[in-house]
Amino acid sequence: MSNFQTIEFYKNKKKEYSLLPFRFECLGENNYVVTNLAGEHLIITRDALENLVRHKLNSSSADYVNLRAKHFLTDDKTQIAKELLSIKLRTKYSVLSEFTGLHIFVVSLRCEHSCPYCQVSRQSDDKVKFDMSTEVADRSIDLALRSPSKNIKIEFQGGEPLLNFQLIKYIVLASKTRGGDKNISFVIATNLALINEEILIFCKEHKILISTSLDGPKEIHNTNRPRPKGNSYEKAVEGIQLAREYLGIDSVSALMTTTQNSLGHVKEIIDEYLKYSFLGIFLRPLSPYGFALKTKTYAAYNADVWHEFYMEGLEYIIDLNRKGIKFREYYTSTILTKMFTSQEVGYVDLMSPSGIGIAAVVYNYDGSVYASDESRMLAEMGDNSFELGNVLINSYEDIFLNPKLLDPIEESFAFSVPMCNECAFEAYCGADPVFHHGVFKDFIGRKPDSEFCKRNMKIFKYLIKRMEHDPYVKKLFMSWAQPNA
Amino acid sequence: MLKLQGNAISLDVKFNKRALFIVTKRAGLPSTIKAKYAFLLDSYLNYEEGYGAYISFDKVQGSGISNHFHLPIEMNYLADGDVISIEPSGRINSLFRKNSAHNTILLTEQCNHYCLMCSQPPKNIDDSWLLDEAMALLELIPRETVNIGFSGGEPTLYGDRFLGLINKSKLMLPRTSIDVLSNGRAFSDLFFTANYAATNHPDCVIGIPIYSDDPARHDYVVQAEGAFDETIQGILNLKKYRQKVEIRIVIHKQTIERLVQTCEFIARNLLFVDHVALMGLEMMGFTRANLDQLWIDPFEYKNILSEAVGVLSSYGINTSVYNHQLCVINDDVLPYYKKSISDWKNEYVDQCNLCVKKSECGGFFSSSKLHRYSDHIKAVI
Repeated sequence: MSNFQTIEFYKNKKKEYSLLPFRFECLGENNYVVTNLAGEHLIITRDALENLVRHKLNSSSADYVNLRAKHFLTDDKTQIAKELLSIKLRTKYSVLSEFTGLHIFVVSLRCEHSCPYCQVSRQSDDKVKFDMSTEVADRSIDLALRSPSKNIKIEFQGGEPLLNFQLIKYIVLASKTRGGDKNISFVIATNLALINEEILIFCKEHKILISTSLDGPKEIHNTNRPRPKGNSYEKAVEGIQLAREYLGIDSVSALMTTTQNSLGHVKEIIDEYLKYSFLGIFLRPLSPYGFALKTKTYAAYNADVWHEFYMEGLEYIIDLNRKGIKFREYYTSTILTKMFTSQEVGYVDLMSPSGIGIAAVVYNYDGSVYASDESRMLAEMGDNSFELGNVLINSYEDIFLNPKLLDPIEESFAFSVPMCNECAFEAYCGADPVFHHGVFKDFIGRKPDSEFCKRNMKIFKYLIKRMEHDPYVKKLFMSWAQPNA
Repeated sequence: MLKLQGNAISLDVKFNKRALFIVTKRAGLPSTIKAKYAFLLDSYLNYEEGYGAYISFDKVQGSGISNHFHLPIEMNYLADGDVISIEPSGRINSLFRKNSAHNTILLTEQCNHYCLMCSQPPKNIDDSWLLDEAMALLELIPRETVNIGFSGGEPTLYGDRFLGLINKSKLMLPRTSIDVLSNGRAFSDLFFTANYAATNHPDCVIGIPIYSDDPARHDYVVQAEGAFDETIQGILNLKKYRQKVEIRIVIHKQTIERLVQTCEFIARNLLFVDHVALMGLEMMGFTRANLDQLWIDPFEYKNILSEAVGVLSSYGINTSVYNHQLCVINDDVLPYYKKSISDWKNEYVDQCNLCVKKSECGGFFSSSKLHRYSDHIKAVI
């Protein structure tokens, strides 16, 4: 009998709130982070979370007001949340309509370095075999210019691209001539050992940026990056200074790779970046590709060890900022942009749908086209899953409508992938089908076993907790979230 | 503080309804335009026939000049190019002052909000003559004027007639920027917004208040249910049509509590607005009646103000802080601090006399000086 409600119950039915899509994750103790459809987050207690989902949250509580203002729930007071959420989501995904903006040209696979973690390079003088031909370059330029994106960035990679500088010159001039109304910009990714004035004069004339490698202080850098005279570091820092004299201080950026040698030395590495007036550093873990796997350098540390290294570095950088030294960690910045804004920064590893092919594409020295830089590294290991065709044979449509590109993008889309779809951090994370195919032989992998997942989850949680009770860090992180500030 | 209206002693008035005139000291204007001007008499010696009206500040005795008005001496700021209205009764209003950078034209006292701190309490009477007068005024304002403001009440309650005013502003004053103070709700009608955009005014900003990220709190402050959603929708619609929007937040006890969250809300949801203005409380109108619910000493909220400004500036939002005194804000607010230059906003109290920063400081609203200001005002020496 008592299971039946009185007629009063139906008469007086109070208007309830409705839940909007959201996800949550335990932050330890009694605290949970909840994230809405647009990636905005709040930290609430377990009790509040339980009350929220049971429609028992008191509408006069602070949690209720916060959750309503951040679009986790909607009630008869306000219905605008859906409109605002949809705008934010549209903004985030609007970058997709631009399609491929970054076009990587591997102008030579040859290199005078022999780094054990290198993904792809050859010590060889065989230019015919390992340099890109003019014909391949021509076809690749045509493909790059077919991209609907108005802004095209051409990045020269290797091996060491400066070993084939003549072709770089050819590609810059030809793409400018044929580029029509596109804005074309250029980057050379080089170890700078071969840089000289002639090259820099050309770079200056065509506003070409330089991206180089700097792994840290001399001992670490030279151990990581062996070359015949053991002077990779000296060449790099001389090159940085020379390039800046021609191109300006901000036209030269540097990337570091973390090896076993780097562990325990994150402060010295950061200090090295400060010494050369860089505005930030990208603390980058090794990827399980190429020689890194073969030489077991990749196995040297796992996600936990990496996290410790990263965290120590990040804390050091936060302290530097407190002392008035403006300096950023760029991987953190990329994540913070996703946490605090609706902008998509376009960092391929942290995109979902994956950025392979549709944000960046690689034209290899031999004309083969790869869906990303990592894809060609996978191919070097015998996994051709992301080889999309060859510029000498295939059309633009063949390549960019190839199921070898579209299938992994669709299958790995984190919003629909098991475990990712319910993950509170889906909006901050990436799909990375290449990594997962490399490790698990499918585009998705098993997330609990995925180092990619572990590494990023740890960072997301750390960042959210880190700024929760430290207003200075929150303000700093908010400013890092602005890619253009 | 300027006296913007007064009663003149008038002698022989030849017109029978309120009329607008441009003030001039110049004799010998062409007869084709003379009637538009009120001639400022020094003495009877420079009297000349044909002007629409004659004004003077001294006690000149009657000389048989028609339409001659003796204005109170407090109005002797009136200068060449200013526009005044004169009623046959002798009531004079200063409507436009050429030397002021901030001329605001009141369009109506009607409003669909009833804000706790309204400085211009709404009246539910037909005052559409104000709009008619504004339309006429647009023909008299000098074309080189940099900026004028339209305020209310709620100007958009006029609907299409408001659009007519914006259109006329563009036609008559093509180089003058316009600031409109509106609650933005009318723009939740996409059709109205489309028509507004179609006026294609080159530089018109709609200044719209958002008092909280919490809809209930915003609705409470403006005393109108459902206002929040309509205002937000209005802003979205305006930006859909690429119109300029400024968000205005008056800081008081009811808005300070969620000021940081409100700024975060703006940064996440309305990042595309052109400007956010954070403003101190004016001690006018309803504010004095609701003072207990509204008053918080700016000194007490200075850290919250810093944090709110920090959020907006992190996101690169163009931000300004108005109507605060330099001695009650933190230094990190200084880059966004604006010294207002309106006549009724630059008053100082005794403590200010010794202050070396006085010339950089915005000072007080006249009303604040009179009724309530921070207990922590002290001279920087």
